[in-house]
Amino acid sequence: MSTVSNEIEATEDPGTAPHVLRAADLNPRSEKRAEQQVAILFVLSGIGSLLLIYSYVFIDKNLFIFIPVMGNQNASQLGLGLGMAMSLFFLGMAAIHWAKTLMPETEVINHRHEFRSSNEDREEFVATVKGGVAGVQLGRRKLIKGSLAGAMGLFALPPVLLLRDLGPLPKKQLETTSWKAGTRLVTDPGNRPILASDLEVGAVVQTLPAVAEGSERLLSDIAKDPVLLIRLRPEDFQLTPEKLAMTHEGIIAFSKICSHMGCAVALYEQQTKHLLCPCHQSTFDVTRGAKVIFGPAARPLPQLDITVDNEGYLIARAPFSEPVGPSFWERNSQ
Amino acid sequence: MTTAEKRIGAVANYVDERIGAAGWVKKSLNKVFPDHWSFMLGEVCMYSFIILLLSGTFLTLWFDPSQRDVIYEGVYAPLKGLKMSAAYASTLDISFEVRGGLLMRQIHHWAANIFMAAIVAHLLRVFFTGAFRKPREFNWILGIILLTLGFVEGLFGYSLPDDLLSGTGLRITSAIIQAIPLVGTYISFFLFGGAFPGTGFIPRIFTLHVLLIPGAFLAVITIHVMLVWYQKHTQFPGPGKTEKNVVGHPILPVYMAKAGGFFFIVFGVIAFLSAVASINPIWLYGPYTPGQISAGSQPDWYMGWLDGLVRMAPPLETHALGHTISWNILIPALIVPGIVFTGMALYPFIESWITGDKREHHLLDRPRNVPNRTALGVMSVTFVMVALINGGNDIFATNFDLSINEIMWFSRISIFLLPPLSFVITKRLCLSLQRADRELVLHGKETGRLVRMPNGEFVEVHEPISAQKRWILTSHEQPQALELPDIDSRGVKRPGGVKNKIRARLSKAHAVAVPKVSAQELKEIEGH
Repeated sequence: MSTVSNEIEATEDPGTAPHVLRAADLNPRSEKRAEQQVAILFVLSGIGSLLLIYSYVFIDKNLFIFIPVMGNQNASQLGLGLGMAMSLFFLGMAAIHWAKTLMPETEVINHRHEFRSSNEDREEFVATVKGGVAGVQLGRRKLIKGSLAGAMGLFALPPVLLLRDLGPLPKKQLETTSWKAGTRLVTDPGNRPILASDLEVGAVVQTLPAVAEGSERLLSDIAKDPVLLIRLRPEDFQLTPEKLAMTHEGIIAFSKICSHMGCAVALYEQQTKHLLCPCHQSTFDVTRGAKVIFGPAARPLPQLDITVDNEGYLIARAPFSEPVGPSFWERNSQ
Repeated sequence: MTTAEKRIGAVANYVDERIGAAGWVKKSLNKVFPDHWSFMLGEVCMYSFIILLLSGTFLTLWFDPSQRDVIYEGVYAPLKGLKMSAAYASTLDISFEVRGGLLMRQIHHWAANIFMAAIVAHLLRVFFTGAFRKPREFNWILGIILLTLGFVEGLFGYSLPDDLLSGTGLRITSAIIQAIPLVGTYISFFLFGGAFPGTGFIPRIFTLHVLLIPGAFLAVITIHVMLVWYQKHTQFPGPGKTEKNVVGHPILPVYMAKAGGFFFIVFGVIAFLSAVASINPIWLYGPYTPGQISAGSQPDWYMGWLDGLVRMAPPLETHALGHTISWNILIPALIVPGIVFTGMALYPFIESWITGDKREHHLLDRPRNVPNRTALGVMSVTFVMVALINGGNDIFATNFDLSINEIMWFSRISIFLLPPLSFVITKRLCLSLQRADRELVLHGKETGRLVRMPNGEFVEVHEPISAQKRWILTSHEQPQALELPDIDSRGVKRPGGVKNKIRARLSKAHAVAVPKVSAQELKEIEGH
């Protein structure tokens, strides 16, 4: 199927343009000058290397100098960098200038050949392969064929199996957090319990569940546990009775881990009472139970049921009733 | 013969008697490379890769790829006494206590950004000039593999310092993995060695980043370059250049000097950027902890379009039968990129199916002469650009005092609207440029000289263009649409009717062109 054609008569190829000689090819003085220019470029490269060595040996690595526009700069880093840049750049420039002005630059024509092998080669190839395959006799040796397939199939399993110990099974880890009924909310950073009466309207506090004295938090817990406390006027809320019951005198607590991709939802706008995730700009309305009002998040931030203990400190009345953080296949979101 | 020549001769003789190299080395040294600035883009890729290997090796001498907790006791005062991972602490030490360490970090990061930029630019050059056509389809696919590897290698690389910004990137990575139905949660737990952030991820991606992926890179780059060598480089059309020849400079000495020199220039420019322009100042971000974040969190530029797609996704999740499917993550982070990359890899085959052209091509196309392909390319670039802009929507909002919600809505609408629009505009532009070429050949170029005719009329003098220029503007082929009739010559309905119809439609669209000037027409002009 020959489909591409030039039905109109082709114009004529005028052929390669005549070679134009360069100044250095014609004039000995130009040639001399080009040679000097190349030499100067090589010398500049050498100066760059010397600057690098000087900076390494003699400039204190903690010396800062002020440079207009750039501000305070580490002198050692700057000297090393500029020295290195000079040494490399001028080396390259010299080589190229040399090639462009002095090396023979007549264009050369090579010929292309079709990549397709000759018919004889192809036939010989096919015959060789056929002969080889026939020697294996896979068609006749049914028993070998079957057992080979079985062995290869089994052979593929161990490499996958061997990776099993890369990590533990998920179990319920994504569904649970460290929050339990009665866990105190403590400030992060600081680890101080929080008196409900200390929070003024408009206050925002990042908290974590209290841990026993001296015990360390795991990063994998910090990835699930952070809770934001926000105090509004109780009349600002537009919540269902159940959700309202989870607040305490205008103090509402949300998981700080975004329900979209798990970033920390760290931006709170006082006036609109919106929480914004800096990663993908999902926006949650605090007054309406962190309902998603913009962006890619599909679920509100889980709300933590809070109250105060008999000393007046804020505590969780119950653990989170749903998994916090991004979605996953096993998550039951009904 | 001088003594130097004698010595070199002795060595050459020793080698040749053992491996008989003179024959093929001689052939290789006569290899001709055509000259064009755009052919340097691929070189920039290879050179920045070499710079990455060199600077990366330097960094491994001090970097400690471990998530074990340490208390920072180094010289950087603001972080003194803080608990952090050994990975982050050792990155701080490289930045502040190893002389030239910060410079090497900067070189490594700048080179990575330039590597990816050069790959993209090289890919666009190859696409728009049709260099991917037979016999170079394999190399096109190898290029797509290299681009894909680059994404993964870059993500792993900037995640290694374990600072607050890169940890946030990994948090998002783990959420994307978790979103995969059925197996996502398990894959995430296995990769991270437990619940995010785990303790195993940094050492594991370190091994991948410094050993496995660079190994894969090296293998694929070698084949990629060897194929260029073996198949010989394409060339732009011009006087004396045909499908059967290659016109340029031989490898010795001119090409070698220029290419070698260019490596040092690329390295020098990267070193200069690294000396004066700070990139990824991880000490300002602090160590990673999942409970914190910094506003304006941005990935490296080549990841920005993916992040932009994720940002603009609608809040869609399916909750059914006790399971959750996050379309808001799956579509922008896995499905759309999957389609984009697969489409790119398959394009050479799609185009050859549309045109029915199975011949070898060594002369490049001028983009205007293949309006459909050029328009498709611009359309794809527009798509990625809209996504990229949305990836920086927070930065645009703060710097230009815009509403982030409006930028998001602009992107959500534009991602559907602008690509088709840019397709149509580009196609029209290509045809206009073809028309301009035709005018130029027929009527010559405007000289700006006005002449008053005896009858008082003013006319501008046009000068005929040179024969070389005329050849460039008229030597290309103008493909014709495939004719795929529903009914064959014997009146029998052909199978695959719908497929043929689609093919015929596409082929017709592909063949749209302004007729180029024929030899006949040229003769006529010369006549008067």
